[in-house]
Amino acid sequence: MTGLQKILGIRRMPWVFLLPNLLAVLFFSLLPVAINIFYSITGSDRLYPSERPFIGSGNYETLFDCTNYLDASTCSSDLFWRALRNSLVFVPIQVICMIGVALLAAVCLNREIRGRGFFRAVFFFPVMLSPVVVALTWQWILQRNGALNGILTWLGLSPVNWLVFPNTAFFWSVFVTVWAHMGFYTIILLAGLQSIPRDVYEAAKMDSATNWRVFTRITLPLLKPVLLVVFVLCVIRSVQTFDELYVLTGGGPGSATMLIVQYIYEVGFAVQPRNFGLAAAASLLLGVVLLIFTGLQLRLSRNSQHG
Amino acid sequence: MKRTRIGLWAASTLLAATALTGIAQAQELTVLCDDIGFGCLTMDPVVKRYESENPGVKVKLETVPYQSLVESLPVQLESGEGPDAAIITDLGGLSRYYLDLTPYVNAANFEKEYSQTLQWLRGSNPTSKAINGMPTTLTVNGAYVNLTLFEQAGVPVPKEGATWAEWAEATRKVAKATNTEYAMEMDRSGHRFASLAISYGAELVDDQGKPVIDKGLKDAVEQFVAWHKDGTMPMDLWGAVGGATHRELFSDFLNAKTVLYFGGSWTLSQMDKEVGDLFDWQVSPAPCGPSSCTVMPGGGALVGFKHTKQPEAVGKLIDYIAQSKNNAEIVSAAVEIPAAKSLIENGVTYPGASERTQQSLSTFIAQIPKMAPAAYRFQGWRYQRAMMNALTTRISQVLNSELEVDAALDRVKQDVELAIKAAGQ
Repeated sequence: MTGLQKILGIRRMPWVFLLPNLLAVLFFSLLPVAINIFYSITGSDRLYPSERPFIGSGNYETLFDCTNYLDASTCSSDLFWRALRNSLVFVPIQVICMIGVALLAAVCLNREIRGRGFFRAVFFFPVMLSPVVVALTWQWILQRNGALNGILTWLGLSPVNWLVFPNTAFFWSVFVTVWAHMGFYTIILLAGLQSIPRDVYEAAKMDSATNWRVFTRITLPLLKPVLLVVFVLCVIRSVQTFDELYVLTGGGPGSATMLIVQYIYEVGFAVQPRNFGLAAAASLLLGVVLLIFTGLQLRLSRNSQHG
Repeated sequence: MKRTRIGLWAASTLLAATALTGIAQAQELTVLCDDIGFGCLTMDPVVKRYESENPGVKVKLETVPYQSLVESLPVQLESGEGPDAAIITDLGGLSRYYLDLTPYVNAANFEKEYSQTLQWLRGSNPTSKAINGMPTTLTVNGAYVNLTLFEQAGVPVPKEGATWAEWAEATRKVAKATNTEYAMEMDRSGHRFASLAISYGAELVDDQGKPVIDKGLKDAVEQFVAWHKDGTMPMDLWGAVGGATHRELFSDFLNAKTVLYFGGSWTLSQMDKEVGDLFDWQVSPAPCGPSSCTVMPGGGALVGFKHTKQPEAVGKLIDYIAQSKNNAEIVSAAVEIPAAKSLIENGVTYPGASERTQQSLSTFIAQIPKMAPAAYRFQGWRYQRAMMNALTTRISQVLNSELEVDAALDRVKQDVELAIKAAGQ
């Protein structure tokens, strides 16, 4: 190392240590992004870059070819806009539900209750399941002759074809994804809750503060940095939702639960011939949206640290 | 020293010569196939016989899951790698990788036996006369009918030549009388829907390889939507699912929750195993539309690939398998519908299959001569999958009132044209 330091000089030495990580970032992050950009400005169904002709903004023009952006049916890529609209509705609803339920579960699991360890495991268990297994399990529960309708019939109620109606299918899409991932966020929030000093709560108890007041004036403010991390992770994860819904509803009924990632997958991989260019253009737009969210999170976390 | 050098030179020359002779003698071919039906398992005895008749040729049958043939093989081929030959089902989609076997096989025999299906392997080139492979077996779409329910309802089973509308009427009566949930169901598949559409007069694709949206297709879509709206068909399959997702609910037929299920010949063995004597069933002849009584064909083919270093050996192997006696032996063991004309005409015996399966296979085979030219043309079209995906996606949108029928058909055309444009750039 000292020989190398003599050759490069002390100011260049940090780069030597950074080099392995820089190479990893270059090959596994930046290069795929560059390839994605290349595919988005080239055409044909060929995979080899050398066989793909340059078409410039053709794929983007196809995506943005609309008479009225608020009405998907006036767009030539109507499914892209439907999927985008669905994602814009799905993400906020799912994130609010996810954080709400995960926070509630974390607060409950933070208390001195019997079988706390067991319940923590129960809440975390779905996270360990494969998304396809989760979707197939819920499909078995929700289908026309599924377990849920079996219970309803047994109770003397009319069965409901849950996945046939857009609204109920959307509800179950949110429910299933929240059920499958809330355990992960519950564990993060639980760690955050346990890092809050006990003496603050004891002081509040001495002041006869109500539980609600303790929660809103102590727990929430002190949990804010963790909540922020959970919020951003949750948003990114929510935008990327694909596997569970693809198996559960296939984006249906119609296109009611088709999210942006399913659109990208179908255009790029499920249809023949594969339209890699259009899929790359759509995924680049998705990447830009996620980048904006990440930037927003960095800004918010900086503000919360300074404020 | 000099003698040693000469000795070394001689020895190395001898070694090299031996190695080269060995290479020339031992030709190893790799064939990729799955173990379902006409595949590695059923081809093995014939291939072993070929090896014994052709010393120096070694055929390695590499068994892979069907999913690998669909997803991994195209990627291997795209990168110029992969086996010498394979049994594939995306007949038109992989056409640019096929080896033209014409110089190595009995071309006249191939033309005679596979005149209709060879075109499927020629992709987007309608003028091509190449022999790109050996169509192995045919699959046929068809309707499975629960005879027990018909009997309980006292409704006569529609005879051969009955229309889709008559089948719908009869199955509705049966469903009502027997309190069965649904009258008819159909796989959520563009391929299955194409059977109905072509029988209603849809062309789907013209001679130039351009998508066709016509009155026949519109009528079929409108009828199909009407059956969903009036409860003849359930919304679970076509209504509840979106995008290009394939979905089937054959379990509904197995559990007697539907009177008629429109699926395909590949579910025969499942029927045989799972239904047994629970209820009486049959495969019905193709329901008719205003235009024809056709169903869609499908199937697989044994193809060689351009990148092989031993095209002649590949060709000879495929030619051997295509010989009537060998082909019949494999088809018989696979319990599938043959693609070869002579086997269809003369029939194949299936010693391992039950009587009902044999009967059903005969019914399926009897549909082959009735298939409309449009069905064959659509099956061999390079953009068939693009159109099938567009049909499933857009029909589901119509069922959910997201689109009107006319708008949906415009979208189908637009989707396929975009696919053609993207591929042709």
